[in-house]
Amino acid sequence: MNPARKRKLTIVLFLLAGVAVAVGLTTYAFRQNINLFYDPTQIAEGEAPVNVRIRAGGMVEEGSVKRDPDSLKVQFRVTDYSSSVTVRYEGILPDLFAEGQGVVATGQLNENREFVASEVLAKHDEQYMPPEVSEALERSAARAREEGREMPQY
Amino acid sequence: MLPELGQVTLIIALLLSVLLSVVPLYGSLTARDSLQAFARPLSAGQFVFIAIAFGILTNAFMVDDFSVAYVANQSNSLMPWYFKFSAVWGGHEGSLLLWILMLSGWTLAVATFSRRLPSVMVSQVLSVMGMVAVGFLLFILMTSNPFDRILPNVPADGADLNPLLQDFGLIVHPPMLYMGYVGFSVAFAFAIAALINGRLDAAWARWSRPWTTVAWGFLTLGIALGSWWAYYELGWGGWWFWDPVENASLLPWISGTALMHSLAVTEKRGVFKSWTVLLAILTFALSLLGAFLVRSGVITSVHSFASDPTRGAFLLLLLAITVIGSLTLYAFRAPVVHTRAKFGPLSREVFLLMNNVLLMAAMLLVLVGTIFPLISDYFELGNISIGEPFFNLTFSPIAVVVGILLGVGIFSRWKKTDEGYLLRKMVIPTVVSLIVAFVVVLTMGNAVSPEGTGFWNNFSLWAFFGVLSASWCAAATLQDVWNKSGSRHGRLHGLRRQSRSFYGMVLGHLGLAMVIAGATVVNNYGIERNVRMGPGDTATVGDYQFHFASVGEREGANFTALVSRFEISRDGELVSTLYPERRRYVVQRNVMTEAGIDAGFLRDIFVAVAEPVSSNAWAVRLQYKPLVRWTWLGALVMAIGGFLAIADRRYRIKDEATERRKATVTGNAGTDGRPAEAGA
Repeated sequence: MNPARKRKLTIVLFLLAGVAVAVGLTTYAFRQNINLFYDPTQIAEGEAPVNVRIRAGGMVEEGSVKRDPDSLKVQFRVTDYSSSVTVRYEGILPDLFAEGQGVVATGQLNENREFVASEVLAKHDEQYMPPEVSEALERSAARAREEGREMPQY
Repeated sequence: MLPELGQVTLIIALLLSVLLSVVPLYGSLTARDSLQAFARPLSAGQFVFIAIAFGILTNAFMVDDFSVAYVANQSNSLMPWYFKFSAVWGGHEGSLLLWILMLSGWTLAVATFSRRLPSVMVSQVLSVMGMVAVGFLLFILMTSNPFDRILPNVPADGADLNPLLQDFGLIVHPPMLYMGYVGFSVAFAFAIAALINGRLDAAWARWSRPWTTVAWGFLTLGIALGSWWAYYELGWGGWWFWDPVENASLLPWISGTALMHSLAVTEKRGVFKSWTVLLAILTFALSLLGAFLVRSGVITSVHSFASDPTRGAFLLLLLAITVIGSLTLYAFRAPVVHTRAKFGPLSREVFLLMNNVLLMAAMLLVLVGTIFPLISDYFELGNISIGEPFFNLTFSPIAVVVGILLGVGIFSRWKKTDEGYLLRKMVIPTVVSLIVAFVVVLTMGNAVSPEGTGFWNNFSLWAFFGVLSASWCAAATLQDVWNKSGSRHGRLHGLRRQSRSFYGMVLGHLGLAMVIAGATVVNNYGIERNVRMGPGDTATVGDYQFHFASVGEREGANFTALVSRFEISRDGELVSTLYPERRRYVVQRNVMTEAGIDAGFLRDIFVAVAEPVSSNAWAVRLQYKPLVRWTWLGALVMAIGGFLAIADRRYRIKDEATERRKATVTGNAGTDGRPAEAGA
């Protein structure tokens, strides 16, 4: 093999190795960090995996927010008006968090099917509803119509 | 009456931009000077009418004309005048108008500062910019008219601006960012013009370089301001969230950085031409993608205003036309690569190529992480989100390698570099950066978690590489300055002899080193505690004691605030007193956290009082953020470097000299890539 060709081959091999490593690492990082969204009904029906990082969202149920008197622990229920799920969280809630408002939380389901959140996001302004939440509510409303149930106004 | 006039001026501007996109281009293709001569007046006319429209909208805000729907949605009579002013671009319609104003401003700047460019080139560049303006003017007139009225039931008062946006940050962040985004349309227009007339040469690269650099400088400032604003205004003390909207601005920035470096190679060595053209197209396409992501409402964020599907569709159409059109042109006109220029494996060309490869890899990572959730959602593969760890895990190693490679590449020479020479140059940076990295990582690590037992227990490999990369990059840059400034007439003379573009480069690289250092240190050694505190309580964060002294109330112009007093001390000595606020905005009934920050060059102390958890206790966030300012200061240094580089005399004098030579042969007018110092 002549030197020029040999050099080219080395460069190509290096590039291939680099690309392979990059793609491998990226795919790994990617798989570790994809968080699927589940609405309360899906969680109640057992569709959501336990101990896997997921997102969940819906409306904060009226009167469901309970705070621990000594720490920043808080629990509340998130509902799509068909089912609801208990969310546990320790930390600071967003400014626009309130009962009757839409939230999206990231975290894991524990064995008791409670959602242990590491992050809670609320909407950014008064007129805005997180799209995941409005979709979840629509799905829930559609189911309710099929089953002939009444849906609360929100 | 005035708002209607505003709409009319926008329509006139549209007509002018249609003419601008057709007449000079046609003139240039048929070699009719009389038609080409229309380019400059049309550019000026377009700018004037858009500026009038912008002025009319601003006036509507200033006089509280709530019959205009946009004003009624974005403003309120209680707001101070400067927020009324910045509210002009606080929503979708106005920000689009600002975008168009900047676009026409850049067009005018090109028309003004290109007197010495060949008339064909100028005509084509301005025509392409006219086409971009047509797209955006149609967009604003068809889907987002800021002058729509609410008649006859005019509201008594406005709905107020989102409190998050009532801030100094909003006054400056969007204009800077847009200057950057839109500025890349100039590089794009130059690339398209070069493709049209087949003139992809060093001269083209030299003309397009200063425009690219200045746009990049603005974008850098815009991104840094956004990050700074998020840090103090969103209330959580983070400086980068890998939020899709942040990523949308980062994508053209990375691509633009690659473009600047690739242009340098094309100008100096005449190689990478096709790649440079492609990058120019890509950078502008990413700017448009950013606009689409941010404005279409596909992304949940403070930036996506009330979403309207037609807007997203229109922007996507614009993006598609731009990409497909320019790539088709590229396919037909890109030069067949027969580069005769030879360069060795350690040449500067190769280092800059590696820079481009790494930057593209980083760009693709961010792009995939940003749009994959959208694609997945669209094709109903599941509603997913991609977390911050993905970006941190993949982006950080690339940033570290970029920093290291930069430190080597700086010493490389065009065509070929002697290996021994390169190795010798790297001795000092290696020693310095290793020492700095060990010292910083060990001292910071032990300061942050003193309870750790062994000396090495607090050693973080990530932090080590980050600091190593930053200090390596800085040391190599400074050594390069030292080497180049050697002179028989003394150091000062040698320093003075260096060109402005050289110092621009030095500042750009030092700025990058600062950003890497700041990001590494604050992310690894920052401390954050969320605690429940009431007046009288004290909490400790790192070496600092935070004493919650008292709470009070304060009336603002359009809000009432709960003001807390925090006394921060270290080793029993009072360091600072902070007054974080919890504001309740009267009109929108929103609550906002206004953090108390003691800013310092080496560290920030941050207190935010969040929601009340009982009658006399609040959730409080306490933070110690070492070197967090370096992320923004570094960006500022980079941007200054960019502005310094374009002030280089080279762009003027050399061009005049070469053109004079050419002029004697062809009888052509001079060329000049003189940048738009005043176009800013």
